[in-house]
Amino acid sequence: MLDIPSPSHFITINRVSKSFASRKGAVRALGDIDLNIRSGEFVSIVGPSGCGKSTLMMLVSGLLKASGGDIHVDGKRIDKPSSDIGIVFQRDVLLEWRTALENIMLQAEIRKMDLAAAEKRARHLLDMVGLTGFEDSYPHELSGGMRQRVSICRALLHKPPLLVMDEPFGALDALTRDQLQLDLARIWQENGMTVVFITHSISEAVFLSDRVVVMSPRPGRIEQVLEIDLPRPRRLSIRDNTRFSAYSQEITQIFKKLGVLREGDDA
Amino acid sequence: MTSTDMSVPRPAGFGISQFQPPYAAITLVVFIVGWEVIARLTNLPTYLLPTPTAIVEAFYENWNLYLVNGGVTLIEILSGFFVAILIGIPLATVIAYSRTVDKAIYPLIVGSQTIPKAAIAPLLLAAFGYGLAPKITIVALMSFFPIVINSVVGFKMASPEMLHLASSMGATPLQTFWRFRLPQALPSMFAGMKLASVLSVIGAIVAEFVGAQSGLGYIIMVAGSNFRMDQQFAAIIFLSIMGMIFFWVIGFAERRALPWHASIRSDAD
Repeated sequence: MLDIPSPSHFITINRVSKSFASRKGAVRALGDIDLNIRSGEFVSIVGPSGCGKSTLMMLVSGLLKASGGDIHVDGKRIDKPSSDIGIVFQRDVLLEWRTALENIMLQAEIRKMDLAAAEKRARHLLDMVGLTGFEDSYPHELSGGMRQRVSICRALLHKPPLLVMDEPFGALDALTRDQLQLDLARIWQENGMTVVFITHSISEAVFLSDRVVVMSPRPGRIEQVLEIDLPRPRRLSIRDNTRFSAYSQEITQIFKKLGVLREGDDA
Repeated sequence: MTSTDMSVPRPAGFGISQFQPPYAAITLVVFIVGWEVIARLTNLPTYLLPTPTAIVEAFYENWNLYLVNGGVTLIEILSGFFVAILIGIPLATVIAYSRTVDKAIYPLIVGSQTIPKAAIAPLLLAAFGYGLAPKITIVALMSFFPIVINSVVGFKMASPEMLHLASSMGATPLQTFWRFRLPQALPSMFAGMKLASVLSVIGAIVAEFVGAQSGLGYIIMVAGSNFRMDQQFAAIIFLSIMGMIFFWVIGFAERRALPWHASIRSDAD
């Protein structure tokens, strides 16, 4: 991690650590973490459960305070919940009492945006994720994949420079997941925002990212950062590409070395 | 079914399968008719078991008595119920927002539910006399617990992610309350109010039993001591209908306020 913070870095994470209080005293969950992310970059953070990747995402969003170190986003130090972001969680967190469109418009209402312009954009976003015709559907009338699409639209309504996603496709079936990966890649290319994407799927991370940050468990540390040099736009068939397999293999080997993955015949 | 299907003659069974007989109403009619027949055949004295027709007659003879006293009981029920809401919902909000208040008060509220509120009625009557105040207090006490507890449960249903989402939007505490926490809590609040509506009727009658000069509870007591079971039944039935209407009104308000919730539940049925 010899990255030197420079103005070209949109996010700088500098010697960040996080400890939680427990009955046995402070437990170190994370750190130290050093990571710099360029503006418009798509970075995935991949690691096993309990490696603190969600904690890292909470720290970047300002939803948690770091125990040590500091985080800057767009030159501003993060010390309170940041509102210059869009967030997508594993659970879609749609408000059941609002229709798909109203759920997206919530973002505009709370930020006191121009409602007419916001509604136009909300409809455009719904169209982009293939949900035209479902504007007035309530969440319970939508499938899991459709619900998560609505929550992505909600996160994007105010054109945030940073989109933070915490295992957003983790609860979806494999086919829906593939489709949403394609949709997300397209939206990212059209909008050019910076994306921090938390996942535990190696192939999802490689497929989507410019860089993949591989984390080790307890306490979470950055084990390795891989540049994913694959052409864009990427199609699903890229997963059969030898370079794609090589990246996946490399990450798998790291997890094997860390003892996160074990194969019975390991010598 | 598309519009072209309309020209095809419907099978004879089609209309019948759509028709839902009012099963509960039929059961009720059978029950009342059975009661009438048995009471007449066995020739039981009216002070043991009056016939339904005798009950209707008793009501018809003194209908203004039931109306006036029903009005008194209704005032007690509604006043106590609204007092419970006025105190209960703000208290639940404070409990939901303050961990200290939650820890200091909530366990006591949950624990004190085991106190039979009816047993406190004589104490309150001794303290407040025989007017409306002790009755309203007892109704409020009965309604208070389900309203507070269900509201607290409702407020606590706001997930950490939902609150994180609100922060990421830069929502103020007031916006978070009105747009996230309160709507999330409403279904549970309504469940509490429905429960409270049933308990409030019980509270009013118990208070009137202990000491009153008017109200349906008073009528039931007086009719009982005069062996006028027909009048007693008339008062009980009138009271039950009032209670049902009260419960239905809250259910109606719920369906109007939370159409999204009603449809979720009907999906689950």
